[in-house]
Amino acid sequence: MPERLLHVLCAAALALLAVASTAKEAAPEAADPALEARMTRITSELRCLVCQNQTIADSNAELAADLRRETRELLKQGKSDAEVVDYMTARYGDFVLYRPPLRGTTILLWFGPATMLVVGAGVLFLVLRRRSRMAADAFEPDEDEPAEGELADLHDDAARGATRA
Amino acid sequence: MKRLWFLVPLIAFFALALVLAVGLKLDPREVPSPLIDKPAPTFALPRLDDEAATIRLADMRGKVWVLNVWASWCVACREEHPLLVAFSKKHLVPIYGLDYKDKRADANGWLERFGNPYDASLFDSEGRVGIDFGVYGVPETFVIDQGGVIRMKHIGPLTETVIATKLLPMLERLKKPDA
Repeated sequence: MPERLLHVLCAAALALLAVASTAKEAAPEAADPALEARMTRITSELRCLVCQNQTIADSNAELAADLRRETRELLKQGKSDAEVVDYMTARYGDFVLYRPPLRGTTILLWFGPATMLVVGAGVLFLVLRRRSRMAADAFEPDEDEPAEGELADLHDDAARGATRA
Repeated sequence: MKRLWFLVPLIAFFALALVLAVGLKLDPREVPSPLIDKPAPTFALPRLDDEAATIRLADMRGKVWVLNVWASWCVACREEHPLLVAFSKKHLVPIYGLDYKDKRADANGWLERFGNPYDASLFDSEGRVGIDFGVYGVPETFVIDQGGVIRMKHIGPLTETVIATKLLPMLERLKKPDA
């Protein structure tokens, strides 16, 4: 029995090792930790164009590695964060930005969802308010609507249920 | 009129479905290049076949030319290559290659094996010029006009359709003296 346990433990350890080795992010060439941290902060806001749902900081694509190298070099030259971002957008367009700038073409992107939510909530509110003001005979009666007496019983049951809970 | 109100949600649904359907058809790889109608980035790179010779952007002034980004490791490049070779035989415009992140020997061997459609290839081993041109998926093809302005970019392998409907009309337009 202990032998079997050992096997299980070994298998688990191996599995963990495998996960740990694949989970490792693109290896940074850390020479200057401060610069490296700045580079990572900037590139984690930029989309890698090869694997479009990863950031340049996370991606293992060769282009992403090159762009990290370029970023490092630009920072070493004393360029500001904004200048690095400009360098990227000049080459790859606003598409690389995970936070797209507010422009005529991106208004729908920025405000579309909120607008739809507000319009939807507004319509819902108006409909509900109108219905609540309607007389009961404006609605078809439910087929299984309980008679008046039963309804009172139901209320009692519900009240009892609530106190129990 | 009032009775038709119940159609509104249905119409709204179809409108949304149509927008999403169009969105599904779009190719997310076709990122519009910000470089269109902008001056091409300057470069000075060694020739692939002659380390000592340098080709610069300024050498191309006054010519409409095609820049094709390729590499010997790029599978899709092999796909478009016969089309490019055939296109070069028409001698419409100079075609320059940008050999992107490649090894010199591999690249020269590749051209020997599959044919060389290029007037010359620039050797960009580090991929720096590629980055300046916003290259992210080899092969890519650029059309640059007499004034050194990028007028067209195609991402991915050229196809006969792309050549006939995009590349040739653009070249024709640019080569007219008044263009």
